[in-house]
Amino acid sequence: MCSDAAISVRDLNVRRGEKLVLPGISLEIERGAVTGLLGPSGTGKTTLIRAIVGVQIVESGAVTILGEPAGSAGLRARVAYVTQAPSVYRDLTVRENLRYFARILDVPGERIAEVIETVSLGEDADREVDNLSGGQGARVSLATALLGRPEVLVLDEPTVGLDPVLRADLWRTFAGLAAEGATLLISSHVMDEAVHCDRLLLMREGDILAASSPDELLRRTGTRDMGEAFLKLIEEGRSSEAPGA
Amino acid sequence: MTPRIVAATALRVLEQLRRDPRTLAMIIVVPCVLIFLLKYVLEGQEGSFDRVGGPLVGLFPLIVMFLVTSITMLRERTTGTLERLMTLPLAKLDLLLGYGIAFALVAAVQATIVSAVAFGLLGVEAAGSTIAVVLLAIANAILGMALGLLASAFAQTEFQAVQFMPAFILPQLLLCGLFVPREQMAPALEALSYALPMSYAFDALQRVTADGSLGGRGWLDVAATIGATLLALVLAAATLRRRTP
Repeated sequence: MCSDAAISVRDLNVRRGEKLVLPGISLEIERGAVTGLLGPSGTGKTTLIRAIVGVQIVESGAVTILGEPAGSAGLRARVAYVTQAPSVYRDLTVRENLRYFARILDVPGERIAEVIETVSLGEDADREVDNLSGGQGARVSLATALLGRPEVLVLDEPTVGLDPVLRADLWRTFAGLAAEGATLLISSHVMDEAVHCDRLLLMREGDILAASSPDELLRRTGTRDMGEAFLKLIEEGRSSEAPGA
Repeated sequence: MTPRIVAATALRVLEQLRRDPRTLAMIIVVPCVLIFLLKYVLEGQEGSFDRVGGPLVGLFPLIVMFLVTSITMLRERTTGTLERLMTLPLAKLDLLLGYGIAFALVAAVQATIVSAVAFGLLGVEAAGSTIAVVLLAIANAILGMALGLLASAFAQTEFQAVQFMPAFILPQLLLCGLFVPREQMAPALEALSYALPMSYAFDALQRVTADGSLGGRGWLDVAATIGATLLALVLAAATLRRRTP
């Protein structure tokens, strides 16, 4: 595998309660690309993401980001994480939220207006997050992560519930960030989102079913869309587990 | 510790309080009303109001800040903002100090107004300086905040956090010497009262309001209050985990 991977996961085991959510998985994520982490809900995507950003207690295995162990202090200004539920202060306005996180990250005030523009919240910048829609709240959370121009941006289901036009805008934004050299890992349970990604990780029940580019995957499985390709991979997995059946 | 982040955090907490003017009004008005009520409840009993009125001025901030902090911190935990902060370049101490400064400022305003009402309007007699009462009130507010930060770690819901007030604070209020002097309690209760931080807070306040000055023993009380605050803060910091299950 490529040695200059932005994120590398080796034999990662994560147990939550009694359940082994991630049973010793390994993967690598390319620098400067948009990697989609696709799979149904409840499959361990969020757990994997939490392990990568270093907030998940892991049982064993190694997670390395930009050459440093996940969660180390040196990474905190270089890696940004957007949780699935917007993690911002609901009783503060969009601008107040961004101002607080900008001070923590020590980025100049002008950057606040820029990220508000990026997520198209200009007209609502002085409204409290509580008074915004769920999708707008998610964009505030995303804007917060963009403040520090992170080298690695990890996003958990950032496009859920968004207007299609806005969703397309955000994917363009993500592609732009990758073109500037940032590494993006974006999870989704919507298989159609695969078309926006440079690389794909297909996940099911804690396992990585496939790691490739979208075109490669379609070609290999001889299918026309991601949903079919995903089904084909599951079938292949089953027949290889029980060859005689 | 980074002063920039401490200041930003204090400012953010104050902004949140400002967005909730009803809570702010209650922080100020409720203690005044209670002191007023107490005066007329105890009217027939010679000297009772003078004995408890002064110290109560300094105990209200402890109780109020405990409640406000435990709910605010619980919200940080449940809305994911704490997890986000833990992925950012922010030290746990930055967060705790930020909270401390914000609530100390609110407590200063609260104690000043409640003192003005009690000593000015209602004619509570204090042998010592009322400024000393206000300063002790601020110290007690920080103690209340530290206990609230710690308690929030053991609450999963706001209902539970509210119940910690009767569970953590009422027993201390009963045993601190406010209702019955501690030396008149059953020996077991008196011994228990020495393990509770509010007993020292009350002792110091009583020395100032009844004796006119802290004296050697009173300074020990102050030291014990500050010690309890630091201990609670250290324990609260230990409950702030960067990695969670």
